[in-house]
Amino acid sequence: MRKATLVVLALCAALIPLSAQSARLKMATTTSTLDSGLLSVLNPPFEKLTGLTVDVIAVGSGKAIKLGENGDVDVVFVHDRKLEDKFIAQGYGVNRRDVMHNDFVVVGPLSDPARISGSAAAADAFSRISASGSTFISRGDASGTNAKELDIWDKAGRKPAGSWYKDAGQGMGEVLVMANSIGAYTLSDRGTWLAMKGKLPALKILCEGDSALFNPYGVIAVNPQKHPDVNYMAAMQYIAWVTSVQGQRVIRDYTVDGQALFTPDVIR
Amino acid sequence: MGVLGRAIGLLVSGDPEVWFITWTSLRFSLFSSIIACAAAIPLGVLIALKRFPGRRALLAVLSSLMALPTVVVGLLVYALISRSGPLGKMGLLFTPGAVIIGQAILAFPVVLSLTASALSSLNPLLPEVLTTLGATRRGIFWMSVREARGAVLSAALASFGRVIGEVGAAMMLGGNIRWYTRTLTTAIALQTGMGDFELGLALGIILMIMALGVNALLHWVVRHE
Repeated sequence: MRKATLVVLALCAALIPLSAQSARLKMATTTSTLDSGLLSVLNPPFEKLTGLTVDVIAVGSGKAIKLGENGDVDVVFVHDRKLEDKFIAQGYGVNRRDVMHNDFVVVGPLSDPARISGSAAAADAFSRISASGSTFISRGDASGTNAKELDIWDKAGRKPAGSWYKDAGQGMGEVLVMANSIGAYTLSDRGTWLAMKGKLPALKILCEGDSALFNPYGVIAVNPQKHPDVNYMAAMQYIAWVTSVQGQRVIRDYTVDGQALFTPDVIR
Repeated sequence: MGVLGRAIGLLVSGDPEVWFITWTSLRFSLFSSIIACAAAIPLGVLIALKRFPGRRALLAVLSSLMALPTVVVGLLVYALISRSGPLGKMGLLFTPGAVIIGQAILAFPVVLSLTASALSSLNPLLPEVLTTLGATRRGIFWMSVREARGAVLSAALASFGRVIGEVGAAMMLGGNIRWYTRTLTTAIALQTGMGDFELGLALGIILMIMALGVNALLHWVVRHE
């Protein structure tokens, strides 16, 4: 029987690679790059080119940066400029590059109970939602979108609190699905919205185009001097890929239903 | 062609990703329950057959540990194996090994508690009788397990059921990485998040088929032993 146990343990050891090999690149990213489908076209050519396997961990930008601070990932691909700058200033991140941008949109029920349709400023739209007490769902997960949303509440001079304000603590996809199910307003990045709007028949864009809704994405390597075990070379290769002409073309040419989701920052 | 149809369609169509996810789920759960059983069954027998002070309290603690929240275990293991944690050097976070460690910890009290209580209900005179018949310590151990093999098997299956259906530890420790640590439960969470309820439900049905299949297989093995 001892032998049988040994055999089982040996099998366990043989079948499970317990630690990551160096041929893997761990990337923490925002849910929008994954939910929008961009990474499933952007990463495969990189993997083919370099022989690396990209492990995508999709969480909010806040958590993605936290994973970078802990050295649990090699590279972060996020959209929260304030946090990104802090991440670099504290020495956790190095070599940030602009990758692409799109914008945020305020979406809400077709009936638009708060009458925000046509407001040019996002802050104005938010004021009306809060004044009318219409349900608003917040990501509430310290993501880039959540940070932007709180910025806008700040600009509007309104406190996001009360029974109309639902703090969901979930990813962009989940929040859009929730808003669609209960007829609520929310702030979404345009990429996820376009990728998912076919499943969201009860929602439409009600406010867009405000410069306050600009949404830039950046890629940052985790500083190998802070965390010697990170795969810094692979991280830099990834940064090179997403800012290369080929990588930028993939971003530019990625469309859902004929609509581009992201605008690359390096090429026109 | 309902959801059930889509689930079966997904399986028979041989979609490689669905098969990979299913295989990953099965692999993680099997390994973690095997590891938990290897550690917990001997310990459970020991607790059941020995009389020592604080035994009742220990049994109560063990059975309450069966309800250990998966996210708490996920969080504790996370803090341990994160690069900035004490075992960070091993680079375990977001690998299959991390999920298996977390799930083994979840399965351990289930096997331990159920084994201990099953063997406690055996005739308390059994060890004595066996000793007078000249059985060695190891002999007593195996005969006790044999005597309660149905219950021990149930304990193993309960632990398998606990881990194959859990999402907390698998998500936090594995990171839901495609072609690597994505399991049926984390895939369901992802699909639901992306608004594809039907695919989520189809994967859920596959999950239940898996759990049912493993249960049926083990019961069959025991019956034909």
